Amino acid sequence: MEEVKEIISMPRIGDQAPAFEAMTTMGPIKFPDDFKGQWVVFFSHPADFTPVCSTEFLAFAQMNDEFTKRNVQLLGLSIDSVFSHIAWIMNLKEKTGIEIPFPIVADADGRVAKLYGMLHPGESSTATVRAVFIIDPNGKIRAVIYYPLSAGRNMREILRLIDALQTADKHGVATPADWVPQPQVWEFTEENTKVIVPPPTNYEEAVNRLKQGYECIDWYFCKKKLS
Amino acid sequence: MSAGCVSPDGKLSERAIELLKLLDEKGKISASEVAGLTKRPLFQVRSSLRELTEAGFIACEGEEYRLTEKGRSALY
Repeated sequence: MEEVKEIISMPRIGDQAPAFEAMTTMGPIKFPDDFKGQWVVFFSHPADFTPVCSTEFLAFAQMNDEFTKRNVQLLGLSIDSVFSHIAWIMNLKEKTGIEIPFPIVADADGRVAKLYGMLHPGESSTATVRAVFIIDPNGKIRAVIYYPLSAGRNMREILRLIDALQTADKHGVATPADWVPQPQVWEFTEENTKVIVPPPTNYEEAVNRLKQGYECIDWYFCKKKLS
Repeated sequence: MSAGCVSPDGKLSERAIELLKLLDEKGKISASEVAGLTKRPLFQVRSSLRELTEAGFIACEGEEYRLTEKGRSALY
């Protein structure tokens, strides 16, 4: 008998961003209508209360003003409920003092993730990969980036890509490899050399994790230096 | 979809009251102007204005919004 495979389509560069309505941590949205006239960085993360995602959200939050200056609205998504999202960002605020200033789409049934091809079954059938869709003020997808579950994204590259797209639009030019709008030194500190300790998978491990000498923000979010 | 400005039983959120008061003060105003005055993100303002329009508290005229009688009654 011939094997039947489900083909999951995903929006590509040049396509109109698929429309959807969803609840977010900042109220209901109608996408992309509510974001018309703005650039949107629509990104997925595997799950709330996971360490790599936490570092990404904190990094996005700290760079939010830079995105705002460029007329960019950040929009996150994972296959979690709005209550889980709220609990997670409240936990991040409590543990780090950093507020997440952008909305996160609650997609508990994975409907939006499927619409955007954020589920890559070879990587995980239940968690979204680290997808980034850059959508322009007319609702057109201008760039797509995918990262695996294990590697956090470089937020400065996402900002650089926004600069490149906006510069190309404004001046009718293209930008070369490693182009930046002005000379700059990207500073990476000792903190950038640390790696994430895989989070505990049961209660006993979670209780013990905080006693194991790692640098922990919380039981699920610990880092260490590689020796 | 609700859970933004108007609860299923018709109760208005603090954000909704803030917007109605602003429309009462300004007369007619666009979503972008509301976003600028309230320092709220534009997408959130658009979503809130749509919800309040659908619930009959405000009316949309072109790009601008104004308070309806129902909206005024909710304030006073």
